[in-house]
Amino acid sequence: MDVRSQISILFHLDKCIGCHTCSIACKNLWTDRKGAEYMWWNNVETKPGTGFPHRWENQEDYKGGWVKEGNSIDLKGAGKFRGLKNIFHNPNLPIIDDYYEPWTYKYEDLFTAPEGNDQPVAQPISQITGKPIEIKSGPNWDDDLGGSPLYARKDPNLEKLNAQEQEDLFKVEKLVMMYLPRICNHCLNPSCVASCPSGAIYKRGEDGIVLINQEKCRGWRMCVTGCPYKKVFYNWSTGKSEKCLLCYPRIEAGEIPACMHSCVGRIRYLGVLLYDADKMKDVVHLDEDQLVEAQRDMILDPRDPKVIYEARKNGIHDSVIESAQKSPVYRFVKEWKMGLPLHPEYRTLPMLFYVPPLLPILGKMNLDVYDTSCADYFSTIEKARLPVKYLASLFTAGNEGMVREVLKKMMAVRIYRRSETVGDIQGADMALKEAGLTRAVAEDIYTLTALATLEDRFVIPPSHREEALAMEGMELVKPGDLGFGFRDRPERM
Amino acid sequence: MFDLALFVIFPYVALVLEIAVSFYRYFNGSYKFSSLSSEFLEGRELFWGSQPWHYGILFVLVGHVVGFLFPKEVLLFNEVPVRRLILEVTALTFGLMALVGLLVLIRRRFTNDRVWAVTAKMDLFVLFLLLIQTFSGIYIAVQYRWGSSWYASALVPYLRSLFVLKPNLEYIAPMPWVVKLHIANAYCLIAVLPFTRLVHFLVLPVSYVWRSWQVVIWNWDRKKIRKV
Ligand code: HEM
Ligand code: SF4
Ligand code: SF4
Repeated sequence: MDVRSQISILFHLDKCIGCHTCSIACKNLWTDRKGAEYMWWNNVETKPGTGFPHRWENQEDYKGGWVKEGNSIDLKGAGKFRGLKNIFHNPNLPIIDDYYEPWTYKYEDLFTAPEGNDQPVAQPISQITGKPIEIKSGPNWDDDLGGSPLYARKDPNLEKLNAQEQEDLFKVEKLVMMYLPRICNHCLNPSCVASCPSGAIYKRGEDGIVLINQEKCRGWRMCVTGCPYKKVFYNWSTGKSEKCLLCYPRIEAGEIPACMHSCVGRIRYLGVLLYDADKMKDVVHLDEDQLVEAQRDMILDPRDPKVIYEARKNGIHDSVIESAQKSPVYRFVKEWKMGLPLHPEYRTLPMLFYVPPLLPILGKMNLDVYDTSCADYFSTIEKARLPVKYLASLFTAGNEGMVREVLKKMMAVRIYRRSETVGDIQGADMALKEAGLTRAVAEDIYTLTALATLEDRFVIPPSHREEALAMEGMELVKPGDLGFGFRDRPERM
Repeated sequence: MFDLALFVIFPYVALVLEIAVSFYRYFNGSYKFSSLSSEFLEGRELFWGSQPWHYGILFVLVGHVVGFLFPKEVLLFNEVPVRRLILEVTALTFGLMALVGLLVLIRRRFTNDRVWAVTAKMDLFVLFLLLIQTFSGIYIAVQYRWGSSWYASALVPYLRSLFVLKPNLEYIAPMPWVVKLHIANAYCLIAVLPFTRLVHFLVLPVSYVWRSWQVVIWNWDRKKIRKV
């Protein structure tokens, strides 16, 4: 057993209202810079939809992630041979038009325009060339366009549905959409790290955060190809790749990452998971439908004395183990088995988990009227407007049973709470039993879902930077010092 | 006198500059030690420029080095006319490939607004020097036939004399002016190399080949802790 600790995240999609506050918080803090204007380390997609960059899930084009090869795996579009062969020109690199060309407006014109018959307008100008541009696409261009032919129809996940199911999604009365907020998954088997020829991307041993060393990055851009989630972005101005850093300077200071702190829907949870790294080599090449289960098996019980013993032996601090015991992510993912990884078939073992959305609760139309009868108040999962098959394509590599299991649990908790608070609904115990829950567990799920405070949702482990500094012989670096950082400006001669 | 400055003093200055500045820059924050890829802004034309350019120039460059290291073997190889012909035609093909690629790259720099936005003065200077270098190289290859042989017999001794610190100008003096230009321009390239994007080929990531897939950096000494 090789116990390691990983700061993990859970997004409860049933609660996301698609407000993009998270994206803005991140943008203001990290990517409001030249060359980074187009980057959205945190973005919120409308599903069904094409996402950002355009149709990123289509790995036949983008060639991200790993593919199974016998009893092993290989990178799909990068790698030692392929990467070095393509080093002069990477054929699998998305270009700026796959995202959008960032722009601003010539606000000055509003003031300096000569007097005339028409209102002056502020012309859009490219933030790359400074010249006027015709805006073709922008951040969240497909926001809320759940039924649109231009975006929703082109969702790569729809290919998993049959023609009838697809048509159903686009009937006006049945239009449906959900939100999918995305950040870097800080994967256990990150393909961005594996594809970097310079070895500039690394995973931090103490908390699993994946970072790019800006001094070591030489801009070969293989990581942009490598990451199947397209969460590594190339800064065209500095010539370096950048990615979500899980606000590690905030985490080290015990603060909550900005996107999570600002989340209006309170959908975000963060905490430590302990996992057994020895199991990784046996997990990554399993068949697609076994991946979620196997990844869950890698996660260890932080209260198990043997795990604690092994964790200590590996240098994991007691305070971190303690933190793992309180982790809300552990409860959702391991205890309640409600958290699922996004596109596990990419085999990067992503450590950001999602509780799939149950909404909309009202099911299909029954002879032109919605079924609101009490007995069937919440409708059934089979009648859900968002087909289970679609969710399975997102979260379980097609394993519908697993999605159904989670939805059943959520439904049971709902029925149970309705019967507790309103009392107009029968069969709560039946529903709980069917979902494999007890009243106590249902109560816990309800509490952590609906009533959790900031402290419940975010259990940040002490980062023990003092140990790192001591190791580097920098004990004297302390808060209040002049600090360190870039010594070089990005501009070139 | 002019020859002395250009072919004896200048190469030493260029080499010292190249080595010293490269090392200095690499070890004092190597943030700008790269080629500032512009593929993200324009990918299609780059393909037709970068691929032929790099394959062409690297082949020719390696050819120069091989000739420098093994002049006798090259001469021996060239004794059979067919072999010499094949060698020359191959080298010329790669040279032309490089030239075509370079012209595409230059055109792209000037015609694409986005690429122009990330073009620094030094980039243009480097492209200009490379154009002189490639063009003069091809001109020499065509004009003064069997360069692989006379390079090995007449120029390598000069280059070697530089390396053993006993510069010998005898070989240079009778050379036509294009050859002199080619040599002097090469020294120019060596001199400006550490100040420009050309540094990127000093950091070819070869260690990737034997590195493990994943890179994990620890805060603590894992081995030491495990032993306790
Ligand atoms: C040895 C291995 C080399 C590697 C791996 C390499 C790789 C690269 C890469 C990745 C780029 C950026 C292309 C882009 O914009 O995306 C580039 C550009 C360039 N390289 Fe190399 N290179 C090598 C050798 C050389 C050599 C020997 C020369 C010249 C003597 C050279 C001259 C250039 C120039 C001039 C550019 C800029 C092209 C432009 O105008 O966009 N490279 N190289
Ligand atoms: S999601 Fe993050 S850690 Fe995973 S491959 Fe992409 S950039 Fe790397
Ligand atoms: S801030 Fe929260 S609720 Fe709003 S879009 Fe982001 S994740 Fe969803």
